[in-house]
Amino acid sequence: MSLILDHVNYVYGEDTALAVHALKDVNLVIPDGQFIGLIGHTGSGKSTLVQHLNGLMKPTSGAVYFNGEDIHEKDYDKKQLRSKVGLVFQYPEHQLFEIDVFKDVCFGPKNLGLSQKEVELRAYAALKQVGLEDEYFYQSPFDLSGGQKRRVAIAGVLAMKPDILVLDEPTAGLDPKGRDEILDQIAKLKEETGITVILVSHSMEDVAKYVERIIVMNQGSVLYDDVPREVFKHYKELEQVGLAAPQVTYIMQALKKRGMPVDTAVTTIAEAKQEILRVLHR
Amino acid sequence: MIRDITLGQYYQADSVIHRLDPRVKLVATIGFIISLFVVDSWVGYVVAALFLACMIKLSKVPFRYMVKGMRAIVFILMITVVFNLFLTPGEPLVTVWKLTITKQGLRTAVMMAVRLSFLIVGSSLMTLTTTPNSLTDGMEKLMKPLKYVKVPVHEIAMMMSIALRFIPILLEETDKIMKAQIARGADFESGNLIKKAKAMVPLLVPLFISAFRRANDLAMAMEARCYRGGEHRTKMKPLCYHAADRIAYCVLLVYFAGCVAIRIFF
Repeated sequence: MSLILDHVNYVYGEDTALAVHALKDVNLVIPDGQFIGLIGHTGSGKSTLVQHLNGLMKPTSGAVYFNGEDIHEKDYDKKQLRSKVGLVFQYPEHQLFEIDVFKDVCFGPKNLGLSQKEVELRAYAALKQVGLEDEYFYQSPFDLSGGQKRRVAIAGVLAMKPDILVLDEPTAGLDPKGRDEILDQIAKLKEETGITVILVSHSMEDVAKYVERIIVMNQGSVLYDDVPREVFKHYKELEQVGLAAPQVTYIMQALKKRGMPVDTAVTTIAEAKQEILRVLHR
Repeated sequence: MIRDITLGQYYQADSVIHRLDPRVKLVATIGFIISLFVVDSWVGYVVAALFLACMIKLSKVPFRYMVKGMRAIVFILMITVVFNLFLTPGEPLVTVWKLTITKQGLRTAVMMAVRLSFLIVGSSLMTLTTTPNSLTDGMEKLMKPLKYVKVPVHEIAMMMSIALRFIPILLEETDKIMKAQIARGADFESGNLIKKAKAMVPLLVPLFISAFRRANDLAMAMEARCYRGGEHRTKMKPLCYHAADRIAYCVLLVYFAGCVAIRIFF
């Protein structure tokens, strides 16, 4: 089970004066069970890229393989693919439409042609996975708060039981508390089910704590693709492309400059604390 | 996928036509449409075609771009042609089964097709070369006399500009919601008519909600800036005629007079 992008290029508005080369020769291998952060500045092509993962967009050139099969082959079952590669769009709460939360989450599995019982079981499990309390199940999705709506929308994709879950800016427009809740929930979900999770974000701070691999996009091409500590070593280059390393990286760099022999490759606040205490022999 | 509709969307370029006062373009478009119905001979259509071709050339909008946006209209055009072709009584020309093509029918069908396509190209030339904002500005100023008979001219113009402004936004939104639902396994393409109509619900409900939400936000933003309608409102860029606009009016007058002359003499 893996997803492979082979020399993927995408051009918006080909053959017009306004052509934009949104993806330039993107090569990626996404193996099973990884927790990946896809980072890039606005307009770096990350949203375009994720739409290639489940065949919503067709590369101008290049190919996408899921489990060794070209997803743009003529008789490839795209519906099956979309249930396996679950894509949660930016502001997913804008896609809610049913009269109650539970029915809305049922929409995805129902489209897969499952039995009514299986559909409901999956919907229930998905709503539990995103941590929504039972009392909201039969309310109108439009009466919920922003954070709750977003959970419902994520559950709507989870209910299709994807092998790969792609979340495009799942924390956009949420307050810090809502953001942490959603991200913690996703991390927990990843832990419990072992699915592959791709977290798209423009903030290193958000993903540094959770992911094991970071892919940095810049102007349509992959700039870095490595474990977080290696990527953050390039914090100066990251700044040039409109991104920033997490704040701890800067603190550690500053401490080292002042003569404290700390390891600057730590990525989270907890690690940084450990490291400083170690150096201070406490 | 849905964003490819170009019919009448503003095309950025720097041309004489682009720089004309929107009022001139509005009047010219109306004049051109009337002229299409004034003339009814081939000479007249040739003149109209020449006039239109000159304007397109002057506007610097690629002809291919204009035609691309017209594809959606072809279907309506075909219906008109077919009905006129078969249902006009007169001298029979060809008879296939129960359908008869008459000489008069053929004539009206071709003429209708020419008239309609000129009409569409002519009016899309206006929207292609004029931003929605200046178009409504021009409309507001042209309709100003109606204010004295209590027509809320400013409000109408404002509604129009907001509606026009929202078209691309809602198209983009539609595209986004469609993709989001396809990602959840929705199917907008296959099935019979009833199934297809049912499949639109997951698209239309979020779309309406988002339209209302945006309308609400916009109303709030306007209120916050103390918008109170057209009374005593001044403009940052008031419209005023320049030399080029006067020349354009003269050209239009000559063309129109020519059309009337053709009608009388041919």
